[in-house]
Amino acid sequence: MRRLQTIIAAAAMCFGLSAPGGAAEPIRIGSILSVTGPAAFLGDPELKTLQLYVETINQRGGVLGRPLQLVHYDDGSDASKANGFVKRLIEDDKIDVLIGGTTTGSTMSMVPAVERAGIPFVSLAGGVVIVDPVKKWLFKTPHTDRMAAERVFEDMKKRGLTRIALLSETSGFGQSGRKESEAAATRLGITLVANETYGPKDTDMTPQLTTIRGKADVQALFVFGLGQGPAIVNKNAKMLGLSLPVYHAHGVASEEFIRLSDGAAEGVRLPAAALLVAAKLPDEDPQKPVALGYTKAYTERFKEDVSTFGGHAHDALSIVVSAIERAGSTDKAKVRDAIEQTKDHVGAGGRFTMSPTDHMGLDLSAFRMLEVRNGDWVLID
Amino acid sequence: MLAQLLQFVFSGLTVGATYALAALGFTLIYNASHVINFAQGEFIMLGGILTVVFLASGLPLPVAILLALLIPAVAGVVIEKLTIEPAKGAGVESLIIITIGASLVVRGLVQVWFGKGAATFPAFSGSTPIAVAGAALAPQSLWVLGSMAVIVVALWLFFSRTIAGKGILATAVDPLAAQLVGINTQRVLLVSFALAAAIGAAGGILLTPITMTSYDVGIMLGLKGFVAAVVGGLGSGPGAVIGGLLVGVIEALTAGYVSSAYKDAVPFVLIFVILFFMPRGLLGPKTTERV
Repeated sequence: MRRLQTIIAAAAMCFGLSAPGGAAEPIRIGSILSVTGPAAFLGDPELKTLQLYVETINQRGGVLGRPLQLVHYDDGSDASKANGFVKRLIEDDKIDVLIGGTTTGSTMSMVPAVERAGIPFVSLAGGVVIVDPVKKWLFKTPHTDRMAAERVFEDMKKRGLTRIALLSETSGFGQSGRKESEAAATRLGITLVANETYGPKDTDMTPQLTTIRGKADVQALFVFGLGQGPAIVNKNAKMLGLSLPVYHAHGVASEEFIRLSDGAAEGVRLPAAALLVAAKLPDEDPQKPVALGYTKAYTERFKEDVSTFGGHAHDALSIVVSAIERAGSTDKAKVRDAIEQTKDHVGAGGRFTMSPTDHMGLDLSAFRMLEVRNGDWVLID
Repeated sequence: MLAQLLQFVFSGLTVGATYALAALGFTLIYNASHVINFAQGEFIMLGGILTVVFLASGLPLPVAILLALLIPAVAGVVIEKLTIEPAKGAGVESLIIITIGASLVVRGLVQVWFGKGAATFPAFSGSTPIAVAGAALAPQSLWVLGSMAVIVVALWLFFSRTIAGKGILATAVDPLAAQLVGINTQRVLLVSFALAAAIGAAGGILLTPITMTSYDVGIMLGLKGFVAAVVGGLGSGPGAVIGGLLVGVIEALTAGYVSSAYKDAVPFVLIFVILFFMPRGLLGPKTTERV
């Protein structure tokens, strides 16, 4: 085995694959993701995406002539494990940058150690708390639930809908969404005339919808949930003959959502990243080639549909690679500054322009408003 | 106002009918063995998932339903043969724990084989709601309630008119005496498991077009069915039906008039209240303690 490695190394040197003056020291990218456990549906595509692009970049000759090396640990959706692994990444694995933290909990548990050590850190979690207030070494690529709420309310106001009912899930995603929606509603002049909840495993939402229908002046319904619950809401609303415009959050943007709604999703609107409608984007859209390229690479390699979550990992890695190239070294302070100077970087999730006061770099235009028509997504604007 | 109340009651009766079918399953097995079979919820899940799979493979609905009733029944017999029978000498508590283990195995297998996603199939006779005094009733709800009524009547005929049914009743009253008059109590247990599994699966099949199914729906449906069985009086068939419908309606009324956040808690509080005042449940067997 060792002999084989020597031969390969020798061959590599002969073909001039490594930098002059011996084998190039790899750039170590640390990652801690929730590949198993309840958040696995987020962490699994994230890890696959990182592995896919580290391979692709190395085949093209690496970054600054040095290969990328992915050092990965799985926190099993447990924030305290992430906290243990991050110390190992910093002290033993001597990483140059850190990508990860699938959940907001995992990310925040890693922050103190990373800030102390001074390592550029790009999180893949959704919570607003990650970048508000801004922390020196911490960045993130996913949209926040605050943005989803604001984007939905913006579209409602355009249609003259200001008195709405909020129906949120009691899961972490739904609870955070409820809090952000309540805050955004006050800011944007939307009145919540009803504020109901349902459990993530509930099978019938007709009581909540009947209560909402009973409110005399309600103009629209906003559902904040994940998984099958929002699809059941669609079916129940159709059965009750609820004629309100229905909006959902970004968490259910998938083909499966339309299929599970069994015809009851017609006319439903939701905000989603451009990635999901890559093929339908107008040709002049700068995000189109990026989103299509990622979709093609991912589906060819893993034989499964792309998700927004893998897209966040794609964007994090491409922002880091571009920052290292602009910094011209892996000096941690220089790379951090280069990430902060990211400007008009087109990713799968949107166009990133970071600044000392904005460590996410996305605005509301990152969310496209979609509507279900004839069982398929249609771009509204 | 009336329309709103009626809507909550429709919603509650539909879900309650599934709880009632689950409770009937608990009752059958409890009567035959004094074991609470916590794998009952998995039979509900199997019914729904198998119908989805068979429909997707191109079988017509009646065939898919028949297979989705038969396979869980066989699974029930296999579970009895492999887990309950070898542990025959063990106490009732051990047997109950064994059923929890069996439910974990079934759930795990389905998770690996079917995946973690949710699935559904179209309602039997369309989804155009029927308007009743201002409230909407899904045609599928009528299927659920009607099928439950048919199953209850069929069970009643089985127990009161057939020798096999009477044999099960005799075993429930006194296993030793039943054995002495020549009833094969071992077979009674097997038949009970098969029946309980098929009834649970029927509930799962009927409810799936309304609520969808996934590998883990059995947990909550099974627990609610257990609550229904206890509220109605463990061991009583009519009690299981009344208990199930009651739990369903109270749940829907709580979600509608109080808060949807307390919906799941109410049935469990109900258990405490009813058992405090009526320790044998609403229709539990009346026995006198000998002092």
